[in-house]
Formats: sequence, structure tokens, C-alpha cells
Amino acid sequence: MNPLATVGRATLTVCDSAGGIFLFALQALGRGLRGPFYPRQILRQMIDIGYYSLPVVGLTAIFTGMVLALQSYTGFSRFEAQSAIPTIVVLSMTRELGPVLAGLMVAGRVGASMAAEIGTMRVTEQIDALSTLSTDPFRYLVFPRVVAGLLMLPLLVLVADVIGVMGGWLMSVFKLGFGPIEYVNRTFEFLETQDVLSGLVKAGVFGFIVALMGCFQGYVSRGGAQGVGAATTKAVVSASILILTANYMVTELFFSR
Amino acid sequence: MKRSLPDMQSPKIEVRGLVKSFGPKKVLQELDLDVPRGQSLVVIGGSGTGKSVLIKCILGLVRPDAGSIKVDGEEVVGASRSTMERLRAKFGMLFQGAALFDSLPVWENVAFGLLAARKLPRGEARARAIDVLGRVGLPAEVADLFPAELSGGMQKRVGLARAIATEPEIIFFDEPTTGLDPIMADVINELIRRCVRDLGATALSITHDMASVRKIADRVAMLYAGKIVWEGPVAEIDHSGNAFVEQFINGRAEGPIRVAQAANG
Ligand SMILES: Nc1ncnc2c1ncn2[C@@H]1O[C@H](COP(=O)(O)OP(=O)(O)OP(=O)(O)O)[C@@H](O)[C@H]1O
Ligand SMILES: [Mg+2]
Repeated sequence: MNPLATVGRATLTVCDSAGGIFLFALQALGRGLRGPFYPRQILRQMIDIGYYSLPVVGLTAIFTGMVLALQSYTGFSRFEAQSAIPTIVVLSMTRELGPVLAGLMVAGRVGASMAAEIGTMRVTEQIDALSTLSTDPFRYLVFPRVVAGLLMLPLLVLVADVIGVMGGWLMSVFKLGFGPIEYVNRTFEFLETQDVLSGLVKAGVFGFIVALMGCFQGYVSRGGAQGVGAATTKAVVSASILILTANYMVTELFFSR
Repeated sequence: MKRSLPDMQSPKIEVRGLVKSFGPKKVLQELDLDVPRGQSLVVIGGSGTGKSVLIKCILGLVRPDAGSIKVDGEEVVGASRSTMERLRAKFGMLFQGAALFDSLPVWENVAFGLLAARKLPRGEARARAIDVLGRVGLPAEVADLFPAELSGGMQKRVGLARAIATEPEIIFFDEPTTGLDPIMADVINELIRRCVRDLGATALSITHDMASVRKIADRVAMLYAGKIVWEGPVAEIDHSGNAFVEQFINGRAEGPIRVAQAANG
């Protein structure tokens, strides 16, 4: 019941299965890239990850943008630096909060459902059935999900960036007394391509992680409903830990120079 | 790689010294079995003796601890993935629990092999699927339902339709008539017979239902304590002179088969 022990145990679990996860990822890409491809499956997953995650990601983004503006205002007005708010909002959203929050939300929504679906397929022998029908589960189940995660999360994050900035704009214009045009101009004044780009790269990495962990935990699940339940939890927890770790590493890569 | 040409005499499937344990639990112990080409072999045996595990070893879904399994003279145990993929194209499998893809409608389940391996156009595959559904006694209306909307017996028949849709050379039936009413069970028995007689398929079935054994088997093998304890033509099953077989087919609690041991390993 010790919260630190829980975090520690989750971290250990990830490290423990790191080798397995790595091999799983290699298999998924190595076999998946050589085809045959299943465009229907890829499309289905892209819609599921991209389209159906829009509400939850959009909601997260708009409130985050609003809170960012409000928080920076209450802090920055103490030394007359309110004019930095648009920059703060857009940089925080594109570089950090957009990808991380979208990644975590999608991990909860999509990663869990992938683990549950593939885990159920495992325990009801549907994965075995696939193999006997001359269909490689890695190509049919795992690869489409991983590709969809990799492609759709950057798109989601792009949308989240826009909505987040809009949240900041709403707050600033209607509550904090900014001019609507002035705010937009200031938003783009210090924004660099690299800021957006690094966020999109992060998003791609996170999307890959979410789908990979969902598939992996489902694929290795054992023993009925309980095993599938455990796989779902593990998928979300391990994806979240990996997202936070990868976030640091990508940030280091982009901005340490 | 050398591949011996399968002659007509050699068995279609040849299992030698097959060993499989799950942890401390020994399931198969030095099992030997031949499935003759173009014939129907039925494996009988108590619940939990490893009949399903045996089939899964042949399909390459479970990795045996030791032994050899040859299909058309080609080794399955430790085979590369490409060899395995090629061999699996010869197989059709009805799983004990049907194992239907619950995200796909019934017709796509049945047509799955046709779409995946044969690359048939979807319209044509659908027509073929409805045709095969008819052969297992299911009306065309079920084609667009999802597996969760079917009864257990109907799911079983869809699983059977999926197994035979590609007209495979070797078909595995894991308890094909369990959960069916006696009339439907007879229809299915007849269908399995026809697969062997008309399509020249080799069939390996598992069943507890002695009526079904008599109907579909050319040969019968009895699995007990990890080994085949008796194997012979179906005609001899009533005077096998084997105490295990006699106890099993007459369904007696007394005899050499100790139920408590069979259940606990
Ligand atoms: N994946 C597995 N992990 C652990 N044990 C297993 C596994 N699969 C099967 N077993 C064990 O192997 C034994 C044989 O199982 P199997 O499913 O082959 O039985 P069976 O002969 O098909 O029985 P039934 O007639 O009831 O279907 C069982 O005791 C089961 O507990
Ligand atoms: Mg069984």
C-alpha cells in the first residue's frame, strides 16, 4: 500500500520485461514491414486512435491552454511580464504539454483497449486461430496498431496545439484583457519550427509506445478475464512510464545543444 | 534442405517420442502416433489427458519439450517460421472453443482463409462463405451477424465452416459435436466424413462422443497418461482386448483408468 513501492514495482516490471518488449518491437517492425499488409486493419486503427481520441485530447488541450494563461498571468503580473503569456502558452503546448498530455490520455484510452482486445484474443485462442489461417498475428494485429499510433498521434498533437493556443486566447481575451489580434501576433512572434517539430517527434514516439505496450501486454497475457484485466493495467502503466522517460530523452536530444 | 518426397504409403502425420510438460505437470510422455494419408483418425481419451495439446503441437502452436512431428515428411518441431507458414497452409483447425474472431461478422470469419491465403475478391469470398455455412446447416441470414450473437452450437458450426472453407489437406477437429443436438451432431459427422471421402482430406479429430467416433473414424487411438495406449481400426473398437478402451467406450467408473489421477495428473 506504500505509494512509492507501487511506483517502484511498476518500474521494475518495465525493466524486467524490457528485453521482451524490445524483441517484440523488432518482430513487429521486421515482419510487418515485409508485408503482406492489411490496409483495412491499418485504416480501422487510424480511425480508432486518431478520430475517436479527438474529444478527449481536445478537451484536455483547451483546459490546459486556459489554465496555462491564467496561471502565468497570476504569476507574471507580479513583475509586469504579462506580455509573455502568449509565448509561454504556445511554447508549453507545442514543446511539452501537447504531446505529453495527449500521449497519456491516449495511453489510457487506446492502450488499454488494445491490451484488452488482444488479450481477449489470446485467451480465447483467436491468436492461435489466426496462425492456423496463414495469417501472422504480428502483421495482422500488431503492425497496423503500431503504425496507426506512430502516424496518428502527431496529427492529434497538432490539433491539440491549436486548441491549446485557442484556450489560452479565450482566457486572455475574455478575462485578462488582451487584444485578440495582439495575442495571435505575439503567439507567433517567438515561435520556431523546431518547437512544433520537436513536439511532433515526441508525439510519434509516444504513439509508437502506446500501441506497442498495448499490443505487447495483450499478446503475452495469460489466464482468462483476470489476466486480461492485469494486461490492461500493465499496458497503461508501462506506456505512461515509458512516455515520461522518452519525453525527457527527446527533449534532451532537441534542446541540449 | 533435403525434403523426402512423400510417397503414398508414408503417413501424412508422423509423431515420435513427443514430450510436453507444463511446469511440473507432465502432459505428453513419449507419445507416438501415425495419421494415415486420406483417412480419418479419432483420438479419444479422458478430459485433461492432453488431446488438445497434442493437436496444438502438430499445428506448431505449442512448442514440445522433445520429440519429432513430421507432416508429409517435413519436420514441424523447431521448423523455421517460413516452413511453418508453408505447412500451415495445408491445415484447417476447428478449435474446441470455436475461437471465432469476434470483431468480424460470421461470413468474414468463414472466408478468412480465402481472403488471407487465396486472395479471393471479397464478393466471391462472401458467396463461398455462405455456401459453406449452408453445408454446416446455417442459413444465409447468419452471415452478417457477429459471433457474439450466435448460440454456442452455432459458433461451433461457424468454426467448422471456417476450418473447411479453404478445403485444406489436413483438418483437425477438436470436439466437433460438443454442444450440438443429436440431429445436428449427425449432420456434422456426415460432413466430416464427406470431407475425407470427397475431398481426400486427412482428418484428425478429438471427441468424447462414441456415436461420433463410430461415424467419423477410420481408425481410433486412445490417449492415456501421456501415451497412445491403443490404436486400431474403428471396427475393432468393441473387441479391442484393451482394458482402457473397454472402460472408456462403456463409460464405466471402475477399471484401469483412475479418474482422480487423470484429473490431477
Ligand atoms: N497453456 C497451458 N498452460 C498450462 N497448462 C496447460 C496449458 N494447456 C494445457 N494445459 C494442461 O494440459 C493438460 C491437457 O490439456 P488439454 O487441453 O490437452 O486436455 P484435453 O485432453 O483436450 O481435455 P478435454 O477433453 O477436457 O478438452 C491439462 O491438464 C491442462 O491443465
Ligand atoms: Mg481439449
